Amino acid sequence: MRHLQLVGWLAVAVVLCALAIPWFLWGDSRTVAGIPLWLWWHIGWMGLTSVVFWLFSRHAWGLGIEPGGATQAGNMAAKTETDAGGDQP
Amino acid sequence: MTLTLQLGIIVGYLILALAIGLVAYRLADRTAEDFYLASRTFGTIVLLFTTFATLLSAFTFFAGPNVAYQQGPEWVLVMGLMDGIIFAILWYVIGYKQWLLGQNHGYVTLGEMLGDRFGSTWFRGLVAGISLVWLFPYVMLQQVGAGTALTALTEGAIPYWAGAGLITAFMILYVVLAGMRGIAWTDTLQGAFMLVVTWVAMLWLLAVVGGPTSATAALEAEAAQHLALGSDHYTPQWMLSTAITIGFGVAMFPQVNQRFFAAGSRTVLKRSFALWPILCVLLFVPSFLIGAWARGLDVTIPEGGNVLPIVLAEYTPVWFAALVIAGAMAAMMSSSDSMLLSGSSYFTRDLYRPVLESRSDIQSISSRREDLVARVGVVVFATASFLVSLVNPATLFELGDAAFSGFAQLALPVLVALYWRGTTRAGMTAGILASQAFYLASLFTAVVPSTYAGWTAGLVGMGLGLVVTVVVSLVTMPAADEQRALYFDGLRSD
Repeated sequence: MRHLQLVGWLAVAVVLCALAIPWFLWGDSRTVAGIPLWLWWHIGWMGLTSVVFWLFSRHAWGLGIEPGGATQAGNMAAKTETDAGGDQP
Repeated sequence: MTLTLQLGIIVGYLILALAIGLVAYRLADRTAEDFYLASRTFGTIVLLFTTFATLLSAFTFFAGPNVAYQQGPEWVLVMGLMDGIIFAILWYVIGYKQWLLGQNHGYVTLGEMLGDRFGSTWFRGLVAGISLVWLFPYVMLQQVGAGTALTALTEGAIPYWAGAGLITAFMILYVVLAGMRGIAWTDTLQGAFMLVVTWVAMLWLLAVVGGPTSATAALEAEAAQHLALGSDHYTPQWMLSTAITIGFGVAMFPQVNQRFFAAGSRTVLKRSFALWPILCVLLFVPSFLIGAWARGLDVTIPEGGNVLPIVLAEYTPVWFAALVIAGAMAAMMSSSDSMLLSGSSYFTRDLYRPVLESRSDIQSISSRREDLVARVGVVVFATASFLVSLVNPATLFELGDAAFSGFAQLALPVLVALYWRGTTRAGMTAGILASQAFYLASLFTAVVPSTYAGWTAGLVGMGLGLVVTVVVSLVTMPAADEQRALYFDGLRSD
């Protein structure tokens, strides 16, 4: 479950990075209200990123770092991982 | 009139900063941890704005708008990706883990954290040494910048050496007095000021020229290619290389990396992390748009001149333009003082102290003594970079310009160490040395090319460092004194 969650959030991080620049508008010079369309996309994307980061901090903070991983509101019954349990990714 | 006003505002800022420094000094414990990290007590606003002001200062005011003027505003995308998103993700991936380790083991510098894990004072010194090699010329660049700006502002009345000397003397006094707490407080004022002033500047300009639509129409008439995304200058490879190397580089910049240790609580880190992308875009958009729109307006920018002050002088009242310029200079200083403090901590904690403690007659250094040494370290570091800045060796300028990519070479080995138990000291040492050597060679020799099908040597070097770290770790055994479980077991914040 934690592994799936980790892969999911990693994918979200990659998508957030990949589309901060709207590659699909390459060469496009349309403007809306005096601002290039590609810049509007970027502004909206940064806003979306903040919302996603906030969701991550609420629901998955600690994932991949703290033993026991993501916790709700920071209260967790952390179980100590042993060396034999394998590396955290 | 303008001159008196600008000098008045700069002096006013210096006095305000000193007053804040004095309050911080009264509150401070006489320990190195308090001096360097304000005893790990930062709240959300202070952490957010001190990181913001340290990271985004003179470049956002001067170089950024200049690039937007000449090449189009696409820089804003690179800035948003590297600072707003990549750096924020590293804030969690590297920063949160560093914060937890700092809380548990009392680390103050990156070198300390790595030195403990890999059981080697020598390795700790290597990391600190490499960081100082890149930081030193970068501090020098700020001194040169501030000195040159003061000379230009006073039309030569204050010669360059006196301007740079004045700024250095002020910074020494301020940093020695205020430490991290005072620096963070002035940064907070500075960050809020930068944000407000850029927005007022943009709205003022738009009010005069008749709104964004007419400003853009003027730009289209003058340089239509600036509106289209991408150009010969802004290629996808270049944009990605720049965003990735600078984003990772920033996380290893001592003055930024050290702030990872300074948060007061986990909640502070969470809130700062979520607010960060919004804060970045709020600053970048107005600043870069002013630069781009200036291209269509009726202003002449002389060769090597800065766009923002010229546009503001043309379209806003004298007092406002003066305020922005003085603010930009103060912003330059607010970055330098953080660099100075961090440089001193790397020097004192990772190079000076281990040498002293290795002597058999000195077992450990008292915290008061270390606090004193830390302050002396600031004086030594600032004076040395000032003296070198008087000579202006070109090589050091190149190093300063290349500092971001130089720091970026450290980021991937550090990430590997933080998340993979199999990392060995030999792997880390080989990875760090190989990528540093490769990157330096690409800067200073013709043997190693500086681009690879459009991708920069900085990015290729990062990949090389990653591969060497992993491969050498796989084929070597950990040294006996390595603590492989240090970054994994018992790591929690409460």
